[in-house]
Amino acid sequence: MATTNPVVTMLYFAWVREAIGRGEEQVALPPDVDTAAALIDWLAQRSAGHATAFADRSRLRIAIDQVMVEPDAPIGGAREIAIFPPVTGG
Amino acid sequence: MIRAFVQAEPIDLADALAGVEASGAGGVASFTGIVRNDDGVSALTLEHYPGMTEAALKAVAREAQGRWNLLAITIIHRVGTMYPGDRIVFVAAAAAHREPALAACAFAIDRLKTGAPFWKREQRGDAVRWVEPRAADDAAATRWDDG
Repeated sequence: MATTNPVVTMLYFAWVREAIGRGEEQVALPPDVDTAAALIDWLAQRSAGHATAFADRSRLRIAIDQVMVEPDAPIGGAREIAIFPPVTGG
Repeated sequence: MIRAFVQAEPIDLADALAGVEASGAGGVASFTGIVRNDDGVSALTLEHYPGMTEAALKAVAREAQGRWNLLAITIIHRVGTMYPGDRIVFVAAAAAHREPALAACAFAIDRLKTGAPFWKREQRGDAVRWVEPRAADDAAATRWDDG
């Protein structure tokens, strides 16, 4: 029986959004993409814009279902994953 | 009472303070962040992560209220385009005495700098650049970790 890869909504902000050229996209996650870091590796192959946005992993922050996580965090059953630069509010 | 939200409209100080002053507190401390005219900045645009931002502001407010037994706390953060002299963020904390009100206010603004999903973009004439995070802001936020 064929299984359907889980679909997750990706959100991008600030210069990550600008480099990719869009703020949101739906992606079907392959089974081996099971951590935030693996997700970034996989997304980086999607386009030149993605590769540029994700070139320096130390400048990226990740939120899974609106909770900030470390790169080794498991994706689990995430519905919304955001990738963005370190925050600069206040 | 906790009020913590994002708005595009200018921050009305009288209105913002009235909420915390009505709490029956003996002391209200507040902080107002203003857009600086640094090196010829002509405009500052704040992008945020809708949904997560409000939750992050409320989490900071709740933590401050719990740590200092506050009677009220208000956090208001603007988004969109602002100009030098405009208010960008407002925090006010109400407590029985001045010390917890002042400490809670400092805590909240430090945590907002590094924990709430806002990104600043500065404009100088025709040049636009995203503001880089500052190590000093990280240090200010983590000084509360063991407290």
